[in-house]
Amino acid sequence: MCKADYKERINEIISRHNNDSKKIISIIQEVQKEYNYLPEEALVYIADTLDISHSKIYGIATFYENFSLEKKGKNIIRICDGTACHVRDSIPILKEIHKELNLSDKKITTDDLLFTVETVSCLGACGLAPVITINDVVYPKVTPEAVVELLQNIKKEAIE
Amino acid sequence: MSGSMIIDGKKVYFDNQKNILSLIRDNNIDLPTFCYHSELSIYGACRMCSVETSDGKIIASCSEVPCNGMEIYTNSPRIRKYRKMILELLLSNHERDCTACERTGKCQLQSLARRYGINKMRFNQLIEEQEVDYSSPSIIRNPNKCIKCGDCVMVCEEIQGVGVLGFSHRGTEVKVKPAFGKNLNETNCVNCGQCRIVCPTAAITIKNETQKVWDAIYDKNIRVIAQIAPAVRVALGEEFGLRPGQVTIGKIASILRRIGVDEVYDTALSADLTVIEESDEFMDRFSKNENLPLFTSCCPAWVKYVENKYPELTKNISTCKSPQQMFGAVAREVYNKKDQEDGKKTFIVSVMPCTAKKAEAAREEFSHDGIREVDVVLTTQELAIMIKEIGVNFDTIEEESLDMPFGVASGAGIIFGTTGGVTEAVLRRLLVDKFGKEDSEIIFNNVRGLESVKEATVEVDGKVIKIAVVHGLKEADTLIKQIKSGERHYDLVEVMACTGGCIAGGGQPVPRTITKETRALRASGLYSIDKVKPIKNSQDNYIVKSIYNDILKGNKQILHIHK
Amino acid sequence: MIKNYDDLLSLEYLYKKSLDKQRKKVLVCAGTGCVAGGSLAIYEKIKALVKENGLLVDVDLTKEEEGIGVKKSGCHGFCEAGPLVRIEPSNYLYLHVKLEDCEEIVFKTLKEGKPIERLMYQTNGEVYKTQEEIPFYKKQTRLVLHNCGHIDAESIQEYIGNGGYKAAAKALKMAPMDICKLITDSGLRGRGGGGYPVGRKWSQVLAQENPVRYVVCNGDEGDPGAFMDRSIMEGDPHKVIEGMLISGIATKADTGYIYVRAEYPMAVNRLQNAIDQAMEYGLLGDNILNSGFSFNIQIFQGAGAFVCGEGSALTASIEGERGMPRVKPPRTVEKGLFECPTVLNNVETFANVPIILLNGADEYRKYGIENNSGTKVFALTGNVVNTGLIEVPMGTTLEEIIFDIGGGIQKGKQFKAVQIGGPSGGCLIYDENHLKLPLSFDSLASVGAMIGSGGMVVMDEDTCMVEVARFFMSFTQRESCGKCIPCREGTKRMLDILEKITEGKGEMEDLNLLYEVADTVKNTALCGLGKTAPNPVLSTLEYFYDEYLAHVVDKVCPAKVCKGLASIVIDPDICRGCSKCARICPVEAISGRIKEPYIIDQNKCIKCGACIEACPFKAIQEV
Ligand SMILES: Cc1cc2nc3c(=O)[nH]c(=O)nc-3n(C[C@H](O)[C@H](O)[C@H](O)COP(=O)(O)O)c2cc1C
Ligand code: SF4
Ligand code: SF4
Ligand code: SF4
Ligand code: SF4
Ligand code: SF4
Ligand code: SF4
Ligand code: SF4
Ligand code: SF4
Ligand code: FES
Ligand code: FES
Ligand code: FES
Repeated sequence: MCKADYKERINEIISRHNNDSKKIISIIQEVQKEYNYLPEEALVYIADTLDISHSKIYGIATFYENFSLEKKGKNIIRICDGTACHVRDSIPILKEIHKELNLSDKKITTDDLLFTVETVSCLGACGLAPVITINDVVYPKVTPEAVVELLQNIKKEAIE
Repeated sequence: MSGSMIIDGKKVYFDNQKNILSLIRDNNIDLPTFCYHSELSIYGACRMCSVETSDGKIIASCSEVPCNGMEIYTNSPRIRKYRKMILELLLSNHERDCTACERTGKCQLQSLARRYGINKMRFNQLIEEQEVDYSSPSIIRNPNKCIKCGDCVMVCEEIQGVGVLGFSHRGTEVKVKPAFGKNLNETNCVNCGQCRIVCPTAAITIKNETQKVWDAIYDKNIRVIAQIAPAVRVALGEEFGLRPGQVTIGKIASILRRIGVDEVYDTALSADLTVIEESDEFMDRFSKNENLPLFTSCCPAWVKYVENKYPELTKNISTCKSPQQMFGAVAREVYNKKDQEDGKKTFIVSVMPCTAKKAEAAREEFSHDGIREVDVVLTTQELAIMIKEIGVNFDTIEEESLDMPFGVASGAGIIFGTTGGVTEAVLRRLLVDKFGKEDSEIIFNNVRGLESVKEATVEVDGKVIKIAVVHGLKEADTLIKQIKSGERHYDLVEVMACTGGCIAGGGQPVPRTITKETRALRASGLYSIDKVKPIKNSQDNYIVKSIYNDILKGNKQILHIHK
Repeated sequence: MIKNYDDLLSLEYLYKKSLDKQRKKVLVCAGTGCVAGGSLAIYEKIKALVKENGLLVDVDLTKEEEGIGVKKSGCHGFCEAGPLVRIEPSNYLYLHVKLEDCEEIVFKTLKEGKPIERLMYQTNGEVYKTQEEIPFYKKQTRLVLHNCGHIDAESIQEYIGNGGYKAAAKALKMAPMDICKLITDSGLRGRGGGGYPVGRKWSQVLAQENPVRYVVCNGDEGDPGAFMDRSIMEGDPHKVIEGMLISGIATKADTGYIYVRAEYPMAVNRLQNAIDQAMEYGLLGDNILNSGFSFNIQIFQGAGAFVCGEGSALTASIEGERGMPRVKPPRTVEKGLFECPTVLNNVETFANVPIILLNGADEYRKYGIENNSGTKVFALTGNVVNTGLIEVPMGTTLEEIIFDIGGGIQKGKQFKAVQIGGPSGGCLIYDENHLKLPLSFDSLASVGAMIGSGGMVVMDEDTCMVEVARFFMSFTQRESCGKCIPCREGTKRMLDILEKITEGKGEMEDLNLLYEVADTVKNTALCGLGKTAPNPVLSTLEYFYDEYLAHVVDKVCPAKVCKGLASIVIDPDICRGCSKCARICPVEAISGRIKEPYIIDQNKCIKCGACIEACPFKAIQEV
C-alpha cells in the first residue's frame, strides 16, 4: 500500500463523514471496503485524524465481527450456523469446505488469499437452511457436494 | 434527593448519595466491589456489589439510585451464593500464584476470596498464558492477573486523557491492553501509574527495583545516598496502619539508615532550588513576553504528555530540571570529587511517590558520560517493601533527623508535593515584600485545594500575571486546547499529571479506593509541615544560598535542560 | 412533492385506479430467500415475455394503462417453497418456480387465465389453487405482513395506492399527547422481545425536558433462526418508515435512525430506496405536508455483534463505541442516543403503528387477547412440515401454530419440544399446559420461556436436548460482549460443562454446578443477553432432566446425537471374523480370532468410525 495514496483515500472517506469521530464505525466500514481488511497504519491514521486514542479504535475494530485486521481472501464465504441451519446440518458443510481449502476454525484465509471462510449466526434466510453466502450472494439448501463444486468453479475462474 | 431506605432491616436516611452503594458504605457495611471508584464513571461490570431487594430482585447497588421506602439486603443467602460464584468464576480464569505475587496480602481479589471462604476450585483452571509486559520503565502489566474490571481503562482515558489502555476483542476473549498488542514502551503511556493505583489485582504493578538498591547497599565500595520526596512522608505510614497525612520523615530517616543507606537527604531542598530557577526564568520570559505561558517542568508524566501530543509546546515548558534531577545534578557535583578522594562510588537513590520518576531518571539528558544523575528511583511502595523485608517495627522505631548538608528545606519546598504547591512556592518568592501576610494568604488560598483548575491573578511591578494550576492530564488537555484557541490566557501554568499532585502519585500506597478524602488528608499533612517550618520561603533557605555560592559557583547550567 | 393531506388523497386515488386498471398482476417474490433461488431471473424473463406480447404496463402509476403489471414483491413467508410467483386477481400461488416455467406461466395463466396445477401447493392429492386456501396461510392473520408479497416493495406509488402514509398524515393533525394516548389505548407492546407498552414509552419521551429527541428503529435481528424483521424491511419498507415518522410526531423528535445488521444488504437497499422516495414525495424531510414538522431518517449498518440488539449497546454502536451495554438507570427514554431522550422500538413494532392510527385503538384490540393485543410474526423453523414466516393473533396456541399452520412434524416423527425466543428463550414440551397455552408475553414468561423476537424452532424426537442447550450456549458465549463477569466467565463455564456432558465425560456434580452457574448468571448479569442466556439450560434441566441423567449416569444419548456417547459395536451374528476392522483400527481397539466374531474394547475405542466403513459385511454399527 502506497502511503500518500491511502491517506488521500482515507481523508476523503473521513471528510465525507464531516470529520465526525462519532461516525467512526461507518468510516471503518468504508475503509475496510476499500482494502478488504483494516491495515494497522490505516487505523492509526484514522485515529490520529479524528483525535481519538489508538486503543479506542483498536477496541472497536476488534469488537465487531465484520472487521478484520488481517488480510482477507478475495472470496468471502460465510456459512450459517444459526439454529435453523444447524438443525439442518450446516456443520458437515463447514467441515467439507475446511477440508477442500485446507482451512480450520483458527486459520480462516487461504494462503493464496483466494478464500476466507467465516461462520455466522443466521443470514436471515432460515427457510432455505442450510445457507451459505459467497460474496453476499445467498446459496440456499446447500449440500457438501454442491459446495465443493462451487469452490472448484471459483478456483477455475481464478486460474483463467 | 433525600429519604429513607431499609438496609438489612435497619432504617437509614439518605441525602444526595449518588447510588445505593455509597449509602451502604456510609452505613459502615463494606460491600465488595471491583469496578467502582467514586471518581470514575460507573461501569457496572463486576456485579459484586449486587444486593437483593425485598421482592427478591437482584440489583447492582453501584448503579441504582436510592429510592424512598426501598428495602434491601446486602448479605442474603442468595447474594452470598452469587458473590461466591462470581469469585469462583474469576479465580478459575486467573493465574493464581498468590505466594509469588507482588500484590499478595493487599489484593482485593485475594482478600475477597478469603472473605467468602472460597477454598475449593470446582472448575478446571482455564488460562491461556499471555506475555507479561516488562517494557515500561515504571510499571509491569501482567494480563494473566487481569480481571477486566476496566478501572485502569477509565483512569487512563477519563482522568489522564492518554487512552493507552483499552478493551479489545469481545466475550471471553476480552483483553485490556494497549492498541495492536503493543508493549507499553511503544505507546504514549506517560508512566503516571494511575492505572496501577486503581487496579484491584496484580495485573498492573510497580516495576520493583529494590534489589538494585540492596545490591548497592551490600557493596562496600559504594556510598548510597538517598533523597526523599515531600509526598513520601505523608503517605508511607498508611502501609503501617497510620492515617493518610501523618508525617513520618523522622522514621524514614532512621529506617533508611537501618537498611544501610549512608546519607539521607530531602528532595524538598532541591525543590527550593527549582523555585528560584523557575521564578527567575519566568520573570525573564514574562518581561520579554517570550514562550508564554510557561509550563512547569517538575512532573515528568506531564512533560512526556506534551512531547507526545503537543510537540510544538515543548518550548513553553520550563528548562528547569525537576527537583529530583536537580538534587542528582548537585549531588554529583559534590560526590564526584569525594568519590575520587576516597575511592568509592556514590549511588544515588530517590524515594518518590511517583512511577514516572523512574522514567525521568532514565532519560538520556540526565546521564553524563554513562553516569545517571539518579541511579535508582524507588517508589514509596517499594520503600515499604524494603522496610517489611528487614522487619523493623515501624510503630516503635525512633525518629531521627536528616543528614547535612542537604537535609534542610523550606516550607515552600515541602508543599511541592501537592497540586498548587509549586505555584505557591514561586509566588512566595515573587511576592516577597510586595504584600502583607494576609493578602498573600488570600492569593495562596486560591491555588490550594483539590479543584481541578485553580486560578490566581497577581500584580507584580504594575504588571498583571495570570496563573493557572491544573492537575489530572485530561483537565490539563482541556486547558491547553482553550489556551491554544485563545479562549483562555495565562502566563504561568502549573501542571501535575496526578489528580491531587504527587501526594496521589502512582507510587504511593493504595487504599481500597483512593478518594478526595485521602488526597485532602495527605495534602494537609504537607501543609502542617509547612506551618511549623522555621523557613517558609525558598530564597531564605541558607543551604540553597550555600549551594549557589560554594557548589555551583555561578554555574547554574547544571540545573537546566539543554537540548 | 406532496404538499398537503388532500394531495395525498388524490394521489392515492390516482394510483389505486391505475392499479385497478391492471388486468393482471404478477408478483415475483424478491425476498432474500427467493432471490437466492433465482427469482430475479424469473422476474426478468416473465417481464420480457409479457413485454414481447405487448401486455406490459409501466411501473409508473401516474398513467392509467390496461395490461399486466410485473413486480418484485417482498417475502411471502413461505420461503422454503420458493421461488414464489403470485398471480392476481386469481390469487394463484406458484411454488418452486423455475426459469423453464416462465413461458407456461405467461401463456397459460396470464393469457388464458388457466392455472398450472403442477406448480401449486398440493398435499394428500389435493391441489390448493389460491394462496389464501393453503393451510399455511389459512390460519394466519396477516395484519403487519399484509403488504408483504402483495405489493411492489420498491414502489412508493403502490404503497400510497394502498392507503400508505395516510396514517402519518392523520398523525400530523393530532396533538402528540393524543397519539401517545391512542397507542397506549391500543395496548400495543414492543415486538422486539421485552413487550414493553409502546404508548407508555412514547409518553415518557414526550415528557422529557431535553428538546432534542431521537427515534431509533431496531433492525439488528441477530437471533439465529429469526427473520421477521428482515422480511418486513425488505417487503414493506415504507410501513416501517411511516411508523417511525408517526413516532417522531408523537414524541417531537426530528431525527430517526434505523439500525440494520450488516448481514442484511437487501434490507438496507430497500430501506434506502424507500427513504429516498419518501423524501422526494415530501413525506420525509422538512415541513412535511406543510405541517411545520420535519423528520429525517438515516440508516446505520451494524458491524456484526448480536449484543448490539440490546438498546444501550445499539446506541453506543451508533455513537461509534464498542457495543457494550451500559448500566441503567438512566434509561433510554431519558438518556439514549447521544445522551438524548430516545424512542427505541423494534421493526415490527413500528410496522404496527400505521395500522393503529388508521383503524383506531378499539379496532386494533379486536386482534389478540387481554393485555396482549394485535398479532405477532413468528419465524417457524426446525422439523415442521411448513417452515416460514407466519403471523397470528396473540393468544394463538402453540398447537395451532405447529400443527395447523406448520402442518405438524416432518417425516411423521414425534414432536419433542419447541424453543421459543431463540437463544434467550426456553424449551417447551408436548404437554397440555404448554401446547394449549395461548401465546402471549406473560404466559410464556410464566413457563420459563419468552416470545423474544419470535423465533420458533420445532424439534422432533431425534433431537438431543442437552445438545440443544449446548448449541444455544455456544451462541451466547460467542456473542457475550465480555463486559460483566457473570456473563463473560459464566457462559464459558456453562458451555464447558455442556460440552463435557455431550462428550460423555459429565459427572453428577457437573449438573449441580451447571445449575448454580446458570442461576448466578441469570440473576446477576448486567444486560438482557446474560440474564437470559441460561434460559435454554434452565428450561431443559427442568423439562428434560432425564436426558441429562442419561448422558451423565448411563452414558448414553437417548436421541443418539452426541457422538461422544455413542458406542461402536460389532454384531456377533453378522460378523464373519475377517479381521479387516481390526487391521484398520488406529488404536487397536478391536481384537478376535479369525472366523470368530470380533469385539471392540469400548475403553480403547475413540469412535473414529473407520471400522464401520471397513467392514465388508456391515456388521459394525453405532448405537
Ligand atoms: C442481547 C439482546 C439482543 C436484542 N436484540 C434485539 C433485536 O435484534 N431486535 C429488537 O428489536 N430488539 C432486540 N432486543 C430488545 C431491545 O433491547 C429492545 O428491548 C427493543 O428493541 C425495544 O423495542 P420494542 O419495545 O419495540 O420491542 C435485544 C435485547 C437484548 C438484551
Ligand atoms: S493478583 Fe491477587 S489473587 Fe491473583 S495471584 Fe496476586 S494476590 Fe493472588
Ligand atoms: S499458607 Fe501454608 S501453604 Fe500457603 S504459603 Fe503459607 S505456609 Fe505455605
Ligand atoms: S501509567 Fe498512566 S498513561 Fe500509562 S497506562 Fe497507566 S494510566 Fe495510562
Ligand atoms: S489491569 Fe487491573 S484495573 Fe485494569 S482491567 Fe485488569 S484488573 Fe482491572
Ligand atoms: S504528579 Fe507527581 S507523582 Fe504524579 S506523575 Fe507527576 S511527578 Fe509523578
Ligand atoms: S450480560 Fe453479557 S452481553 Fe450483557 S453486558 Fe454482561 S457480558 Fe455483556
Ligand atoms: S471406531 Fe475407530 S477406534 Fe473405535 S473400534 Fe472402530 S476403528 Fe477402532
Ligand atoms: S470387518 Fe466386519 S466381519 Fe470382519 S471382523 Fe470386523 S466386524 Fe467382523
Ligand atoms: S439460521 Fe441460517 S439463515 Fe437463519
Ligand atoms: S461495583 Fe457495581 S458492578 Fe462493579
Ligand atoms: S423470500 Fe420469497 S417467500 Fe420468503
